[in-house]
Amino acid sequence: MATATQTDPPSGLQGTSRGRRADPMFRAVVLVSATSVLVVLAAMIIRTTIDAWPVFDAMGIWGFLSGTEWDSGSSRSEVTGTYGAFPFIYGTLKISFVALLFAVPLAIGIALFTNEIAPSGLRKTLASTVDLLAMVPSVVYALVGIYFFRLQIWAPIGQFIADSPLGNLRFFGPPVLLSSYWSAANILAIMILPIITAICREAFAQVPRDEVNAAYAMGATRWEVMRHVIVPRSFAGIVGGTMLGLGRALGETIAIAYLIGSSQRWAPQLFFGGDAMTSVIVNTFADSAPEGIWALLAIGVALFFITMIVNVLARLIVHRAGRFAGDAAL
Amino acid sequence: MRNFSRKAAASLLAVSLVAAACGGGDDDAGDPTAQTDTDTATESAEDDAEDEAAEPTLLDEDEQVGVDAESADLLGAGATFITPLMLEWIRDNEPGINVNYQSIGSGGGIEQFLSENVDFGSSEAFLTDEALAEAQEIRGCDPIHFVDAFGSVVVSYNDPDLDAALEAAGQESLILDADAVAGIYNVEITSWDDPAIAELNPDVELPDTNLVAVHRSDGSGTTNIFTQYLDDAASNWDLGFGTEVQWAAGTIGGNGNEGVAAETQQQPGAVGYLSYAYAVENDISTAAMVNADGNVIEPTLDSISAGPSEIIDDIPQDQRFAVLGVGGEGFPIVGAHWILAWECGYDDDVAESLREFFSWAVTEGDDLARDLFYAPVTGEFEQAVLDQIDRINSAN
Repeated sequence: MATATQTDPPSGLQGTSRGRRADPMFRAVVLVSATSVLVVLAAMIIRTTIDAWPVFDAMGIWGFLSGTEWDSGSSRSEVTGTYGAFPFIYGTLKISFVALLFAVPLAIGIALFTNEIAPSGLRKTLASTVDLLAMVPSVVYALVGIYFFRLQIWAPIGQFIADSPLGNLRFFGPPVLLSSYWSAANILAIMILPIITAICREAFAQVPRDEVNAAYAMGATRWEVMRHVIVPRSFAGIVGGTMLGLGRALGETIAIAYLIGSSQRWAPQLFFGGDAMTSVIVNTFADSAPEGIWALLAIGVALFFITMIVNVLARLIVHRAGRFAGDAAL
Repeated sequence: MRNFSRKAAASLLAVSLVAAACGGGDDDAGDPTAQTDTDTATESAEDDAEDEAAEPTLLDEDEQVGVDAESADLLGAGATFITPLMLEWIRDNEPGINVNYQSIGSGGGIEQFLSENVDFGSSEAFLTDEALAEAQEIRGCDPIHFVDAFGSVVVSYNDPDLDAALEAAGQESLILDADAVAGIYNVEITSWDDPAIAELNPDVELPDTNLVAVHRSDGSGTTNIFTQYLDDAASNWDLGFGTEVQWAAGTIGGNGNEGVAAETQQQPGAVGYLSYAYAVENDISTAAMVNADGNVIEPTLDSISAGPSEIIDDIPQDQRFAVLGVGGEGFPIVGAHWILAWECGYDDDVAESLREFFSWAVTEGDDLARDLFYAPVTGEFEQAVLDQIDRINSAN
């Protein structure tokens, strides 16, 4: 188009032969870009599944997913170890959901405050502060978690809960360790907060002002407007943000590897150490024999399918609830 | 980010090593890179990079040390355990050979060696029979094992109450034996006042701190040495041994020596095992161990060297062995570190460099090893190692 305007200054709208050729070329370029995503994804899935197949074959897919023993063998050509990924799947899901439990209400609160309550001067500062959290590398989170948060904040809170009547429940029972599901979930909550907040803000901003103003005109209080107009109207956006946050939580690696305790075991308690899918991969791949690598790839495949299931579920929820507006955020 | 800093450190090192080479190859007094004490604070960027790489506590698992690949005469990869010493050897070696050593872990070292990506591999576990057979097929000749140093693993703990109790009893450090350590790692012994520990420390008023066993979460030669010892010496150990074992439920893991050290320092009641150098560097309390003769031995440079020298006569010719059953004055948890090289298939100059570098390291590099808390190869065994080194490329 730019070239057309150069040769033909009066108006850029006349057709030129160059413009006609450019059109299919542009279409081809866009098509290649779009398909490359699918090709890369397909190549990764197929390749990892093929490499991991001996492990699935030896353990059985259900045996791999539900087995609780992880005993890496040292063979170069066959599967000799025992590979049960349950402790890792359990750990990943546990910390991700606990993290969501903290992060989602907090994110909604932050988003409502910045959009509806904060004075306009504070609004920008607050929003960019939250965004700043997203820019911190995860290894920095790991270090701050190890040397500050878990010592000063998380473990004391955990101890308080374990000492309270709640501690009689197995889930909240003692002992409270520094490296635990609890620490990992807390760091995750901080890490996924920015993305959920950003998308909630976006969704809240999409709510038609007329409806909000109408609610105020009916005499609704601020709380009532937020509770009955803004939040329900943005439900799809909140779910979407939550799922993006969950996606990040499932895939987070370094901070988890340092904080979860990496024991290759699972524990029913919240305050005890365990392991997660990403952390066992990053911890053990460097020293693994080929069969160990296959098993780690099998975890990768399982993680991929879990992420996919989560995404499909999210789509279903959004689809069912999302007859309103608000899909823009997705 | 990570890649960038690694590259930066590597290129800084490359610059400093080239500078050293240009300086005539000798340890010039004016050469800031030569024989710098790692504790000396210096301002120059070169020395900063050097310190970062040489200081064991700061070493990353996969930190690349030495010079960059293009200018290296030798390329090696393997155990992180030996990296601090390997660095010193590379910097100070008198034949002036450039070595690029990639500290990627024992398992990675074996992989890289068998896939012929490196000139030598390095590992704290010798090749299994299966790997050995495969290796012979790969190059049509034997892979050679030779020991370049011995290292020790100590049991460390963190408990102010216990330290106070020990002081009150006038005992220098906690005494443990293999069964007690195995009990802690099996989560059968869950507090210090367990009868098994009380029996070993009759004078100490042991606190009832809840114990948390900390192990390595990554595959590790340190784990191999530690579990091999337990497998041999403890009657209640049935987890076998290896660079990774299936730890009991109720234990937790730390990534790398530094991860276990951090965990042991922060978590009250934590019991961990560490490469001796890390425990010394971080000033962590370590337990004295009862050895095979029933003697209580504190880990010191002398006691960790005593074990290997005791079994030297029994080391088989292919040097695939474990240091077990240490008695006398020897600290019992000791292991060897091996270099892996081929008996054939090298270019002549590469083979020559390999022989020169490692011959120098095992004969002249002893003081450097002791400085960094490794037990060097000495005495008659040194000759056996040199014989193995001479086999490099001999089957061409």
